[in-house]
Amino acid sequence: MTASQKIIQMLIALLVFAAVVAVILFGASRVKGKGRDRNVAVLFLIPTAVFVLVGLVYPALRTIYGSFFTAGTSPGPGQPRPDVWTGLGNYQEIFTSPDLLVVLRNTFFWVTVTPFVATAIGLLYAILVDRARFEKIAKTLIFLPMAISFVGASIIWKLVYEFRPDQGSIKQIGLLNQLWVMVGGSPQQWLLDAPWNTFFLIAILIWIQAGFAMTILSAAIKAIPDDIVEAARLDGVGPIGMFRYITVPTIRPALVVVLTTIAIATLKVFDIVRTLTGGNFDTSVVANEFYTKTFGTNQQGLGAALAVLLFVLVVPIVVYNIRQLRASEAR
Amino acid sequence: MTTSVAPVSNVDADEPPLKATDRAKRTLSRPGASLAALVIAVLWTLPTFGLAVTSIRPERAAKTTGWWTFFTDPQVTFENYQTIFGERTGNLGSFFINSFVITIPAVVIPLVLAALAAYAFAWIDFKGRSFLFVVIFALQIVPIQVTLLPLLKLYVQAGIAGSFATIWLAHSIFALPLAIFLLHNFMREIPRELIEAARMDGAGHVQILFRVLLPLLTPALAAFGIFQFLWVWNDLLVALTFSTGSNTNPLTVGIFNLQGTLGSSPHLLAAGAFVSIIVPIAVFLSLQRYFVRGLLAGGLKG
Repeated sequence: MTASQKIIQMLIALLVFAAVVAVILFGASRVKGKGRDRNVAVLFLIPTAVFVLVGLVYPALRTIYGSFFTAGTSPGPGQPRPDVWTGLGNYQEIFTSPDLLVVLRNTFFWVTVTPFVATAIGLLYAILVDRARFEKIAKTLIFLPMAISFVGASIIWKLVYEFRPDQGSIKQIGLLNQLWVMVGGSPQQWLLDAPWNTFFLIAILIWIQAGFAMTILSAAIKAIPDDIVEAARLDGVGPIGMFRYITVPTIRPALVVVLTTIAIATLKVFDIVRTLTGGNFDTSVVANEFYTKTFGTNQQGLGAALAVLLFVLVVPIVVYNIRQLRASEAR
Repeated sequence: MTTSVAPVSNVDADEPPLKATDRAKRTLSRPGASLAALVIAVLWTLPTFGLAVTSIRPERAAKTTGWWTFFTDPQVTFENYQTIFGERTGNLGSFFINSFVITIPAVVIPLVLAALAAYAFAWIDFKGRSFLFVVIFALQIVPIQVTLLPLLKLYVQAGIAGSFATIWLAHSIFALPLAIFLLHNFMREIPRELIEAARMDGAGHVQILFRVLLPLLTPALAAFGIFQFLWVWNDLLVALTFSTGSNTNPLTVGIFNLQGTLGSSPHLLAAGAFVSIIVPIAVFLSLQRYFVRGLLAGGLKG
């Protein structure tokens, strides 16, 4: 396809979509009589209902169902392998096979380390630059990685982690190894040696998410009423005490939202692992392993079980989040 | 300090004017705080800056010396960019077009559909409204991984596998729950009297939506539009699943593949990555105000 063909295709799609919307709006403006409200609501909700039912609800149910099957033996050469009921077999495999236990361990590292470190850095930075002279520029710098794709961020950090062997006049081209050599270390393959390589991958997501934490927390800090701070100061509360007894308790709801939002995002991120290691060298996580099993090694039942596991892991975090919000609203 | 991008723009929408207590509010001594903040800022900027420098260095220099030697031995070339836009190595121009062709409908479609649905949930009384809204709210937590394979099979059955349409539809579907939730919240904040007054004047639902609500909702629509733009432009998972070749691959997939084939050519990889991040950065910097507002609304309510 040439560029102009693609653009024409896009314009046609937009025109078709505009026509559908026009029909809905025209229909809605012609609806009269007793059931008017109900009929307009139905018209406005039909496209969403179709999209969500066909594209979310059905596939999710289908995946849950599929997670109880595994590929059986082929009845003959060249014939597809039939799906065979295996009950909880796939789930059992996730929690017993050594490879997948490593995946679970890595996922645990990602989900525990990323939210706390990113939030801590974001909070620290928000406090440091609060009402400083260059606050706006300073915040933009930290926030900018949020706009970049995970793939782009991975390439950026690949260059930082670049390795050259320690021989003769060969110079390091990666920033981290250069600094490491300058303090007397020998060059390292940061992304190859487990389990530390996982933490070098996690650093990339922290780099991305700290800006999110900083933005939300900065807004929360600015909302702390002046008189509370003033009263504490008159009581002789120092900087550390101020942080512990005033700042953190006051912005607690925002902290909870930031931590849980980053934790959920972290669970689903597969791009960084996919781009830099492909899940090799013991760096895979559930989201990446799902992709490998489903589309790579053709173990669709196991892939489905991994996707469901992702789903199951997200739910308690969301429930906790909602409960905390309710509690803080009730206060 | 030099940076790859040094914009002067707002992170915060509205800053309160400085008050007398401001100085008292500062929790840390200024020099120490400034130094710590500077260290973090440098740490956060340097990797991207290194990428930008690497992308304009000649192959030999980029492969044998670190980018920081650029300042003692400045050699500049634009050959890397020519190479990756060339048809043989990178073909990035084609991926660039694909990214736009994918992103524009994938932002417009969910935005319009969500506006209609959000209006129905916010301002039309009908039976089952609360229940349906809770369902939509709950669907936000479905990870897209759970839907990919069955959706792909549906596409194959429908005979549209491998087309742009699959990617437009997938992104629209995944965006709807959050979009409806956000727009609904914004719509509910509009005073009831405004809607009632329009009804008294004989306006129907379509007129109320277009004449009363939409003009007031521009910031909310912009906020979600930017969100969705960055999300789609930066997406790898959906594109990798549904796009089948260079005819539809967006930049993210292009760069992802380059990392496989050109992993040992940092100068080309850097140029490619820089091309892929420049559009979202430009969008983000020019519309930061809306983005932050959307983030605060979504982050604190969702």
